[in-house]
Amino acid sequence: MFLIHCPYCGEREQSEFKAGGEAHIVRPKQPTELSDDQWAEYLFMRKNIKGVQFERWVHTHGCRKWFNMVRDTSNDEIKAIYKMGEKPPTKYK
Amino acid sequence: MTNNLRVKSSKFIDETYKISFKFNNKTYYGYKGDTLASALLANNIHLVGRSFKYHRPRGIMTAGSEEPNAIVQLHKNTSRTEPNVRATEIEIYEGLEASSQNCWPSVNFDLGAINNFLSPVLPAGFYYKTFMWPASFWEKYEFFIRKSAGLGKSPTEPDPDIYEHKYIHCDVLIIGAGISGIIAAKTSAKNGFKTLLVDEKPLLGGSTIYQNSEHFKINNQISSSWLEKEINEIKKIDNLEIKTRTSVAAFHGYNFLLARENLTDHLPLHQRDGKVRHRLLKIRAKKVISATGSLERPLVFDNNDRPGILLSSAIEKYSNLFGVACGQKNIIFTNNDSAYETAISLFQKGINIEAIIDNRENVDSKLVKEIEKNNIKIYKGYTVVNTFGYKRINKISIMQLSKDGQKVVGSKISIDCDCLGMSGGWTPAVHLFTQSGGKLKFRDEDQVFIPDTYPSDQISIGSCNGEFTLDEILSSISKKLKDFLNIKKTEYENLEIQSHFNKTKRNIWLLPSDKIIGKTKPFVDYQNDATAKDIKLALREGFRSIEHVKRYTTTGMGTDQGKLGNMHALGIISETAGSKMGELGTTTFRPPYTPLTFGTIVGRNVGEYFDVFRKTPIHDWHVENKAKFENVGQWKRAWFYPKENEGMHEAVQRESKAARDSAGILDASTLGKIDIQGTDASEFLNRVYTNAWSKLAIGKCRYGLMLNEDGMVYDDGVTTRLDENHYIMTTTTGGAANVLGKLEDYLQTEWPELDVYLTSVTDHYATISVCGPNSKKIISKVIPNLDLSDDKFPHMSFKDTKIDKVKCRVMRISFTGEQSFEINVQANYGKSVWDKCMQAGKEFNITPYGTETMHLLRAEKGFIIVGQDTDATMTPIDLQMDWMVSKKKYDFIGKRSLYRSDTIREDRKQLIGLVTENPKEVLEEGAQIVADANKSPVEMLGHVTSSYYSPNLEKSIALGVVKGGKNMMGQKLIIPMENKQINVTVTDPVFLDKENKRLNA
Ligand SMILES: [Zn+2]
Repeated sequence: MFLIHCPYCGEREQSEFKAGGEAHIVRPKQPTELSDDQWAEYLFMRKNIKGVQFERWVHTHGCRKWFNMVRDTSNDEIKAIYKMGEKPPTKYK
Repeated sequence: MTNNLRVKSSKFIDETYKISFKFNNKTYYGYKGDTLASALLANNIHLVGRSFKYHRPRGIMTAGSEEPNAIVQLHKNTSRTEPNVRATEIEIYEGLEASSQNCWPSVNFDLGAINNFLSPVLPAGFYYKTFMWPASFWEKYEFFIRKSAGLGKSPTEPDPDIYEHKYIHCDVLIIGAGISGIIAAKTSAKNGFKTLLVDEKPLLGGSTIYQNSEHFKINNQISSSWLEKEINEIKKIDNLEIKTRTSVAAFHGYNFLLARENLTDHLPLHQRDGKVRHRLLKIRAKKVISATGSLERPLVFDNNDRPGILLSSAIEKYSNLFGVACGQKNIIFTNNDSAYETAISLFQKGINIEAIIDNRENVDSKLVKEIEKNNIKIYKGYTVVNTFGYKRINKISIMQLSKDGQKVVGSKISIDCDCLGMSGGWTPAVHLFTQSGGKLKFRDEDQVFIPDTYPSDQISIGSCNGEFTLDEILSSISKKLKDFLNIKKTEYENLEIQSHFNKTKRNIWLLPSDKIIGKTKPFVDYQNDATAKDIKLALREGFRSIEHVKRYTTTGMGTDQGKLGNMHALGIISETAGSKMGELGTTTFRPPYTPLTFGTIVGRNVGEYFDVFRKTPIHDWHVENKAKFENVGQWKRAWFYPKENEGMHEAVQRESKAARDSAGILDASTLGKIDIQGTDASEFLNRVYTNAWSKLAIGKCRYGLMLNEDGMVYDDGVTTRLDENHYIMTTTTGGAANVLGKLEDYLQTEWPELDVYLTSVTDHYATISVCGPNSKKIISKVIPNLDLSDDKFPHMSFKDTKIDKVKCRVMRISFTGEQSFEINVQANYGKSVWDKCMQAGKEFNITPYGTETMHLLRAEKGFIIVGQDTDATMTPIDLQMDWMVSKKKYDFIGKRSLYRSDTIREDRKQLIGLVTENPKEVLEEGAQIVADANKSPVEMLGHVTSSYYSPNLEKSIALGVVKGGKNMMGQKLIIPMENKQINVTVTDPVFLDKENKRLNA
C-alpha cells in the first residue's frame, strides 16, 4: 500500500485516496466543433503505460483536493507529486 | 516396539508437565513444549493423513510451516473447529483433539486409496480432461470428489473467538528471530531505532538455538550458548519489541506488512474465553530486514512419500529440540553436508543410524570424517531408487549413480530402515521478498534463487539471502547492517567463528531410476500428488510457461503453496525443455505466506460492525412502528410498514392507495443534499445539468438531469435557488457522494476559474415529505401562518418559515404526482416535526409509506429511478426526456456525446411503458422482452426495469427498455417466462394523470 504525500495534508495512507486516471487530458473548450473521432479520442483513448505515467489522484478521505502524480506503474514508485495547474516535471516526459 | 521414542531430555521440553490429547479419537500423552507432530512422533505415529488425489498414506515430513502432509482438523464438530492446521506448528495443550483430514472412512482404511492403483489413468490434467464431459454428470463427480478429497471442514457455527487489528509504526522491522535476526535486532535497537522483531515460532533463536555441535562455535562457545546470551540481552532493551508466534502473511509495497500474532491457540480451550485469539498487525516500517531463513529441499525419487520419510533437518530438530527419535533404524540420504549434522546429532544421542547415502562421490569434510570414524557406512555416489512399506517405510533400495548423474549403474542394494531423512540442500525463503516486488537472481553454483534488487528500503540477511553457513552469515552481517542502518560500528566485527561445513553439493533435480519414468512415482508436490512424471507429461502436451505447468499439474497449489517442491518443478522443467533455470523465472508467491483465518482478516468488524450504516433522525420511529428496512447505499431506509398480518404486497398496496386517496408521509432525509454557493453558481449548474438554470427565479425549484461525459444519465434530482448565488442541490440517495466527487473534479481540474463552493449538507437536514389530496390541510395545521395557496406557493417553489421557533424550509415538489410538501428542518428537530405531522394528519388517516410505495407511486407517473430504469447506457433521449435537454446551451457535461453516431441510432433501447393482457399478471423485473419467441435464436429486444400492481389503476403496470421502443406504441410483445409466455402491450410510460392535475388538486 502506497504512502502518498498529499500536497495539502502531507504523507497519508493510500486508502485515503482515489486514483482518477491519466492526467493532462484537457476537456475540449469547444466540443461542438469536434468530429466524432476527435471527441472519441478525448472521451475514450488512454495510454495505460507500463512504466512512468502521469496520473490524477484525489485525497477523498482527507482534503478532497485533486493533484497530479508521476508514478512508475511497473514498480509503483511515486516519482513526483504536484498540484493541479502546475507544470508537470519535464524530466519524466 | 516401545511406544515412547523420547531420547535424552531436551531443555525445551518440560517432562514434568504431562499433557493429554486425542488424535483420531485415541488418547495420547506429550509434554509441554511439544507440537502435535513431535508428540505423535514420540508415540511412534508417522501416518497422519492421506494424499489428495491417490490417497496414499502420508506421514509427518517437516517440523515447520512448510509441512505438506500433516494437516489436521482440530476439535471436529464444534464451533472452534478448524481445518488445515499443520501438526508441525500447533503446540499441544490439555484437551487438544485432532483428526486426520483427507481420508474416508479412516486414515488406516481409506476407500479413495483405490485411486493409487488407478493412477496410470489419473495423470496430470485428469480432472480437467475427464470431468469436462458430459456437463450433466457434474453433480455426480462433485459428490465423489468432495467426499473423498477432503481439505477439511469449515465450522458451521459462529466463531466464539475475538480477533482484532492493530497498527504498528516502527523504524526497523526484523522478520525472523534466527541468529541473523537476533543480531540485527540488537544492533538496530542499540542504535536507537524503534525496532520490532517477529518470529512465527514460540521460541527465539531459529535453528541455531538447538544446535549442539562442537563443529560450530562463536568466540569459542557452542553457537547455541552464544546465541542464548544474546537473546537474554535483547529481551532487556526498551525500544525493541519482540513478538513470537507472529507470522508475516504479506509484504506489500512501501514497507507495509501484515502479520498475524497468535495469542491463544496454544492454550486449553477453557482458558481462551474472553481473550483475543489472533491479532492482525498492520505494520508500516521505515526499514525492513528479512531474516526468514531457508527451507530444506526434499529429493525426488521413486516413492519418496512414504510415512517415515522426513527432511533430514526435521529429524535433527525433533531430536535436538523435542527430544524425540523419529525412528530406530535411520538412514540419511543427502546431496550435501548439512545432513551429516543430523547424523552426528543422532549418533551423539545414541540413536541408531544404519547408513548414509550420499549422491556425491568425493566427500571428505570434517563432518563426513567424524561419521566414518564412528563406523557408519556411507554409500558415496549412490542414490535411492525405491522405497518399500505401505503405512511406514521398511526398506530402501539403492544403486550407484553414473558419472554424469543421469543413470544408475551396477546392482541394487537393499537396506532395512524405519525412517529415512533426506536433504537436497537449501532453498532461501524469499517468498516475502518477492511479494514486496523484489526481483530474484539465480546462483548457478548451488542452484538457488537469491534476492537481487530491492523495491523498498529493505535487505535480506542470513540464509534467506543464500548465506547458508555460520561463517558466511557472521562474516558479512556486520558490514551489511552498518551500510543499511547507516551506523559506524557493530559488536559483531571481530567474531571468532569455527564452522566445519563443506559447501559442495551434487544437485540432481530428478534422481535417475532403474525403471522408466512412467513406472515410477517421484513426488514433487506431496499435498497435491504431483509427480515428476506429471510435469514431463505437461511439457509433452505442449505447456511451456511455468505458470501453465503449475496449474495443469496443480504443483504448488496446495495449502503449503509448494514451499518444498517448487524448485524441483522448475528444475525438471528446465532440464526437460533444455532451458536455463535463471531464464525460466519462478511462479509468483502470493500472500498469505501461511494461511490466515477469516476471523483474523475481519477482526472486530463482525455482526452489526461488519459495515457502517447510516440512520435518519427519524429512524427510531420507524423501528417502533415495525418498519421493514432496506439498504440504500449505506442508509437504512424504511421499506414498508406492515400491519398485523400484512406481507409486503398488502402493506404496499394499502400505503399506495392511502397516499393518493388522502395523505401519505415519507422520510426522505437520505436524499443527498449539496450546498452550492459562489458568484458563478448559476453558470456551474448550466454546465453540469442538461437543462438551463440562469433564468430560474429565486425561490423556485427545478428538476435536473446530470450526464456523464459519454452522454449517459448519471444522476437526477431537484435543485432550488435560495438566493442570487446560492443553490441547494438534491441527489439520489445512493449517488450523493459520487455526485459531489464528480462536481469537485470538474471544479478543481477543468473549471478552476469558476467561483463556486460545494458543501455536503445531507446529514444537516431531516426531510419529511407529506403528499396526497389532504396534504395541504395537514401542513396548514402544522404551520398555520404559512400561505399555502397555489398562487402564493405554487408547485416547484419553496418558502422559508418556522414551526414554533424552529426555522424550516418547505418545498412544494413531488415525486409521486400528488400535491406534496417537503419540510426540511435541522436534523435534530426531525423527529418532533415528524410527530407533529402525524398528529395533524391523524384525522386524514395520514399513512407512513416506505421506499417500495414511493417506487410504485412514481412508476404510476412514469418517473424514472436512476440506477433502476437506467444502467449507464441510457441517454435522456433514450428515456424520452428530450424536453430536459437544452437546445440553446452551447455546452454541458455529456452534450457532445448526444449526437455521436451511436447515440443517435433509432434502434437504441428506449424507455416505454408495458401493460399486461391480463391486468392481474405482474411482470418480473429483469424479465426479457421479445417480439417472436419461436424464432431461433430469439431476438432479445429489451427487459423490464420496474414492475408493480397499481392499486390506484387496479392493473399491473411496468416500465421497460426496448430497442426502438419509442416507435412501438400499441405494439404487442411477449415476455417469455420459464413455463409460460406473457402478452404485453407497449404504452406511454406515464400511466396516471398525464395532465398533472393532481399536483394542484
Ligand atoms: Zn489532502
